[in-house]
Amino acid sequence: MNRTPPLWLRVLAPIAVFGLVAAIWHLAVVLFRIPPVILPKPEAVISALWSERWTLLKGSWVTLQASMLGLLCSAIVGCTVAILFSQSSLLRTALYPYVIFLQTVPIVAIAPLLIIWSGTEFRTVVLVSCIISVFPIISNVTSGLLSIDENHLDLFRMQSASRWKTLLKLRIPSAIPNLVLGLRISCGLSVIGAIVGELFVANSGAYDGLGTIMNAMQANLKTAALMAAIMACTLLGILLFLFVQFLGAVVLRKWTRDAGFEAP
Amino acid sequence: MQTPNIAIECHHVAVVFRNRTSEQQVLDHLDISVPRGQIVSLLGPSGCGKSTLLRVVAGLITPASGAITIEGKSVEASRDKLAFVFQEAALLPWRTVWQNVKLPWEIRGAQSGSKQPAPSKDQLREAIEKTLTLVGFKPTDWHKKPSQLSGGMKMRASIARALITQPNILLLDEPFAALDDMLRSKLNDLLLEIVSQTGCTMLFVTHNISEAIYLSHRVAVMSHGKIADTIDVDLPFPRESGVRGTPAFAGLYGQVADSLARSNP
Repeated sequence: MNRTPPLWLRVLAPIAVFGLVAAIWHLAVVLFRIPPVILPKPEAVISALWSERWTLLKGSWVTLQASMLGLLCSAIVGCTVAILFSQSSLLRTALYPYVIFLQTVPIVAIAPLLIIWSGTEFRTVVLVSCIISVFPIISNVTSGLLSIDENHLDLFRMQSASRWKTLLKLRIPSAIPNLVLGLRISCGLSVIGAIVGELFVANSGAYDGLGTIMNAMQANLKTAALMAAIMACTLLGILLFLFVQFLGAVVLRKWTRDAGFEAP
Repeated sequence: MQTPNIAIECHHVAVVFRNRTSEQQVLDHLDISVPRGQIVSLLGPSGCGKSTLLRVVAGLITPASGAITIEGKSVEASRDKLAFVFQEAALLPWRTVWQNVKLPWEIRGAQSGSKQPAPSKDQLREAIEKTLTLVGFKPTDWHKKPSQLSGGMKMRASIARALITQPNILLLDEPFAALDDMLRSKLNDLLLEIVSQTGCTMLFVTHNISEAIYLSHRVAVMSHGKIADTIDVDLPFPRESGVRGTPAFAGLYGQVADSLARSNP
């Protein structure tokens, strides 16, 4: 029997684990006399999180903007490509290998090239974030546009529906849940993309996202602050994920469950 | 040759399904004709080709050979006059009942191919209201989404969607197979009511003998892609559930069951 543990346990257990890990960490640093440049004590990281709070908050805000714009771009580009793919099997056969290529080429490898082309600017970071997060949207939305219920297709055929009407009134609405799924996968990637992009545009001084800040902290051996920044990155990722998750749940609910409000 | 009183005429219709390893003759030079205003049931075991025949008449499958005429014209030319009710209700889940019923007209819109003039906004609203009421929808349920409806209500909405374009011919592919007996018999009465009100011709696929007899002027028993036998149902219209208990009904039931067993050993 697998019973769900009570609420207090579900809250307390992870906190206990956190405390335990922090305690072991602290003990290890003290016992093995690890210098703070290599591994600061956990309380040093917490205090760095506090003392650097404004830098980190400002950096998070910039990175958040970059990743949300990147995600938005990949949603627009991804849906457009998916719609083109759904309309022509020739296009699909010809281009799909390159989409997979885009997915498999390590983005870290082309980021320097993108900086040469686009400059050490905000838009380059958005571009990297978009490229890294576009693939799940293309593949999910394409499969949504193509895997249509046979009966629904026959229903449209019986009315001699044009290709355009079928796309507009059947394929696109059918693919909405797939778009939500794609966005859920992509939102984490968009944060990773933004931070990777920022790591490369660093040192220009014109830009101060989390990635750039981390670069500077690394150069100055501010290890505790660097770890605090890593925590900020993680929090940012979780935040964006929860936002997309919430948005997706609302959209899906409206889509198939809630009664319509359109006046007849 | 062609009398205008024949709604559906199939002549030597053959359909072959092919895949890499095998070939299957699904319809084997089949002939059938359905007089206007009549209800004909296609009865037979799974795989005998009854659904395929329905889809050929609907123009969803092009036969390998043979000819189909709908009211004296080709299937392509008569699409406007045909409506199909699927085995599953096949409602679009993101649309309300109302929007689902409206869909066929939205698709047709002002398309040049259609012969019927599109109804005006007010005419359409009136038609949807009338159709939804005819199939037994209360106004409180008009704006619900399919996920909020029971199986029977979904099927009613699906029938309403088929009726909205005022078809002359209704093609139904085992529409009530998934419903319980009570609901099935209610919806059978609804279909009879619709036919008596609209005067449309109906081709009805089922594997339920009692349903086939109750609904039809004629039952066509199918076997291996052919019509093996046709049995005229001499029961008076309008029919009421009580007829199922009469000796005449029982006799017909025996006759159809025999024919089915003989042709599909």
